[in-house]
Amino acid sequence: MKKAKQFLLFLVLSLVVYGVIQYLIQTGMLNPFYSNMIISITINVILAVSLHLVIGITGQFSIGHAGFLAVGAYVSAIVTMQWEMPFFVALIVGGVVATLAGLVVGIPTLRLRGDYLAIATLGFAEIIRITFLNIDYVGGASGMQVSHLTTWTSAFVCLFITVLVISNFTNSRHGRACIAIRENEIAADAMGINTTFYKVAAFALGSFFAGIAGGLYSHNFYIIQPTNFGFLKSFDILIFVVLGGLGSLSGAVISAVLLTVISTFLGEFPETRMIIYSVVLIVVMLYRPQGLMGTREITDLFKRSTAKGGN
Amino acid sequence: MALLEVKNAGITFGGLKAVSGFNMEIREGELVGLIGPNGAGKTTSFNLLTGVYTPSEGDIIFNGKRLNGLAPYQVTRSGISRTFQNIRLFGELTVLDNVKVAYHSLAKNSILSSILRLPRHFSEEKIMEEKSLEFLEIFGLDQYKDELAKNLPYGQQRRLEIARALAAGPKLLLLDEPAAGMNPQETHDLMELIAFIRKQFGLTILLIEHDMQLVMGICERIYVLDHGQLIAEGTPEAIRSNPKVIEAYLGEEVASDHA
Amino acid sequence: MEWLQQLINGISLGSIYALIALGYTMVYGIIKLINFAHGDVFMVGAFVGFYAIKGWGLGFFPALILSMAFCAVFGVLIERIAYKRLRNATRIAALITAIGMSLFIEYGTIYVRGAQPEAYPAGVLPSSSINLFGAHINSQALLILLVSVVLMIILQFIVQRTKMGKAMRAVSHDMEAARLMGINVDQTISFTFAIGSALAGAAGVIFGIYYTKIDPLMGVIPGLKAFVAAVLGGIGSIPGAMVGGIILGVVESIVSAMGFSLWRDAAAFLILILILIFKPSGIFGKNTREKV
Repeated sequence: MKKAKQFLLFLVLSLVVYGVIQYLIQTGMLNPFYSNMIISITINVILAVSLHLVIGITGQFSIGHAGFLAVGAYVSAIVTMQWEMPFFVALIVGGVVATLAGLVVGIPTLRLRGDYLAIATLGFAEIIRITFLNIDYVGGASGMQVSHLTTWTSAFVCLFITVLVISNFTNSRHGRACIAIRENEIAADAMGINTTFYKVAAFALGSFFAGIAGGLYSHNFYIIQPTNFGFLKSFDILIFVVLGGLGSLSGAVISAVLLTVISTFLGEFPETRMIIYSVVLIVVMLYRPQGLMGTREITDLFKRSTAKGGN
Repeated sequence: MALLEVKNAGITFGGLKAVSGFNMEIREGELVGLIGPNGAGKTTSFNLLTGVYTPSEGDIIFNGKRLNGLAPYQVTRSGISRTFQNIRLFGELTVLDNVKVAYHSLAKNSILSSILRLPRHFSEEKIMEEKSLEFLEIFGLDQYKDELAKNLPYGQQRRLEIARALAAGPKLLLLDEPAAGMNPQETHDLMELIAFIRKQFGLTILLIEHDMQLVMGICERIYVLDHGQLIAEGTPEAIRSNPKVIEAYLGEEVASDHA
Repeated sequence: MEWLQQLINGISLGSIYALIALGYTMVYGIIKLINFAHGDVFMVGAFVGFYAIKGWGLGFFPALILSMAFCAVFGVLIERIAYKRLRNATRIAALITAIGMSLFIEYGTIYVRGAQPEAYPAGVLPSSSINLFGAHINSQALLILLVSVVLMIILQFIVQRTKMGKAMRAVSHDMEAARLMGINVDQTISFTFAIGSALAGAAGVIFGIYYTKIDPLMGVIPGLKAFVAAVLGGIGSIPGAMVGGIILGVVESIVSAMGFSLWRDAAAFLILILILIFKPSGIFGKNTREKV
C-alpha cells in the first residue's frame, strides 16, 4: 500500500511539473533560451539516470557512455532523415541499436574490473565515434543535418519512462542482484547470482536509455557531428553520476539539473565552465568521495523525518 | 553414496602447488571439520569446492554431478553455499536485503515482470520477504532487519553471513572460520546455532576452524591439511593423537616462536 | 622502400609513446593509479620547450632539459596537491580525481594562454634526408630515436642501480613492507612522479620538434595511446612500456600507410581492448588475482 501511495505521489508530481512547464512554454512565458535549457536538462537527466544504473547500482565503472549516446543520436537521425519515419519510431530504433552496441561492448569488457573496465569502455566509445567519423552516409566529419523534432512533451515522456523503468528495476530482486555485485562481486557470485548476466543486463538497459537520450539530443539540434560525442561528453555524464552520489538516483537527477543549468549560463565561457567542473570534481573526490547524496535517495530524507515525528 | 566426493583434486598457481592430492568424502548429514596450520590450503580447498578456482587436477562430485569448471553461482545453485573467512556482506544493503539476495536464484519472475510491476513480481517479492524474515528470526537478527549490514556489530555480521548462506537453500553448507574473532560466549552460542540449523534443515556441514578445541567438540570427522596436502583424516580422538598432526601444529608453534 | 621509411616513422612515433608510457607505468606500478593528467604534463612540456626555444632562443638540448626539469616539479606538485590524499581512497575516486586534474590542466592552460595552436620553429635540429637502402629517412627521426633511447637507458640505470630506484621497486612491490623497512614512501612516490613527468616533458619537446604543431589539448590522444602502450607492454613493467610504445607506433604507421589514416586512433583502442580481454597482464606483466 505504501509503495502504491509513493507511486501515486510520483505520478501526480510528474504531471504537475509537466503541466506547468508545458503551460509556460505554450504561453511563451519561457523564452526559447529557457525552454531549450529545460530540454537539455531532460536529456542530461536521462543520461545521468541511465549511467547511474551501470555505475551507481551495478558498480561497473563505464566511462564511455557518450558512445551509446552517439549510436542513438545517429541511428535515430538516419531513421527520420533518410528513411523518413516518425520521430517516436526513430527514438525506439535508436534505443534498440544502442542496446545492441551495449551488448557488443559489454559482453567482452564487463569481465574486466575497476580501472581496466573504465579504460576499455572509453576505448570502445572512441571506436564508435571514429566509426561515425568514417561513414559518409552520415556525413563523416562535417556531420549530419537533423530536423528539430524534440519537444518538451517527447522529452518529458522519455524521462518519465526512464526513471520509472530504472527505479522499478532497482527495487526488485534484479536490482538487488546488481547492488550485491557492486557491494561484493565474489559474495554475489557465491550467493547464486549470475554476475555476468546482471552486469550485461544493467549495461544494456543503461545503453538503451542512453540511445533514447541520443535520439532526443540529435533532434534537438540542427546538426550532429562526431565531435559532439568525444570523451569530454562521456566525462560530462560521468560527473553527473559521481557528484550526485554513486548509488543515488535522485542524486544523479539533482546534479544533472544543477550542472546543466550552470553550464548553460556559462555557455559563452567554456573554459571557465571546464575549470569549475574540474575543480569541483577534484574537491568533491578529496573531501566527499561519496558525492552529494552518497547512496541515499531524497525520499529517505523524508522517511527519516516522518519516522522521528512519529516517535 | 557420499554427498560430496573429492577425488585427488589440486590446484597450481604459477608452478606452485597450493593444494594437491586432496581426497574427501562427506556423507549426507555429517558435520565435518577441515583444520590445518596457517597457509595449509584450507580456504583454497573451499575455493576449489565452490568454483572460485577451477581445479587443475582431479574431480569434485557433488550429489552425483561433476562440479569442475562450473562458475561459483552454478555451484551454489547445485546446492553448496558458503561463508567467507573475511566477512563479505553487502554492506550498503539492509540486513533483510542481504538475505533476500540469497533467495534471488530461487525466485522465477523475469526482469520485464519487475519493470512492468506485473503481479508475478509482487508475489515473488512477497515470498522472498517472508522467507528472509524467517531466517532472520532463527538467527535473532530480525530486530536489525532495516539496519545496513555494515553497521552491524562484528559477531552479528558473522551470523548474518551464515543466515545468508542458508537462505540460498544449500544441501551442503561450507563455513570458513565461522567463529573467528568471537569471544567464548559468542562462540558457544554460535556452535549451538550451527547444531540447531543442521537438524532443522537437514544440512550437511563442512567447516574450517582454527580453534582446535571447538572443532574437536562439534565435528564428527576431521580432515587435516598441511602444506596443501591431506595429512590425516578421522574422528576427533584419532586426530588428537595422530603424530603427523601434532608435528604439523607443533612445527608451526616452533616456527612462530622464532618469528 | 616505402615500408622501411614507414617503419622508421613508426618507431619514432612509438618512442614518443614509450616515453609517455613510462610515466604511466611507473605511477601505476607504485600507487595503482591511472594518472590521466599525465598526457597533460606532456602537453605542458611541449609548451615549456616551445617558449624556451622561441622566446629565449635556447637550443634543443637546453630546452629539453629545462622542460624536463619544469615537468618534474609540475608532476610532483600534482601528486602532492591532489593524489597524496587519495592513498586510501577507492580506485574510482582516484581515477575521477585524475580525470579532474587532467581537465583542470587542459582548460587552465587554455584560460591562461588561449586555445590557439603554436608551431615549433623549424631548424632547431638539423634536418636532412639520409638515404638508407633506398629509403629516405629524416635525420630528425633518427636523432629523436637516439634521444629517447638514451633517456630510457638512463631510466633503466636509475631504477636498477641507484638507491632511489631500489626504493621505487620496493614500494611498488609492497608499500607497507617498504615503509616498515624504513623507506620514505612519500618521498619515493614523489620521486616516481618527478621521473615520469620529466620523461613526459621530454616527449613533449620531441613531439613539438617532430610534428611542429602543439596546442593545449594535444596531450589527450597521445596520453591515452601511451596508456594503451603501457597496458600492451604490461602495466607496471618498464621494458613493457618501451616495447608497447614502439609496437603501437609501428602499428599506427602501418595502418596509415595502408590508407586508413582516419582509423589510426581506432586501431590503438582496438589493440587496447583485445589486450585487456585476452591478456590483461600484457606482454611483460605478471598475473594477479583477487584473494578470496
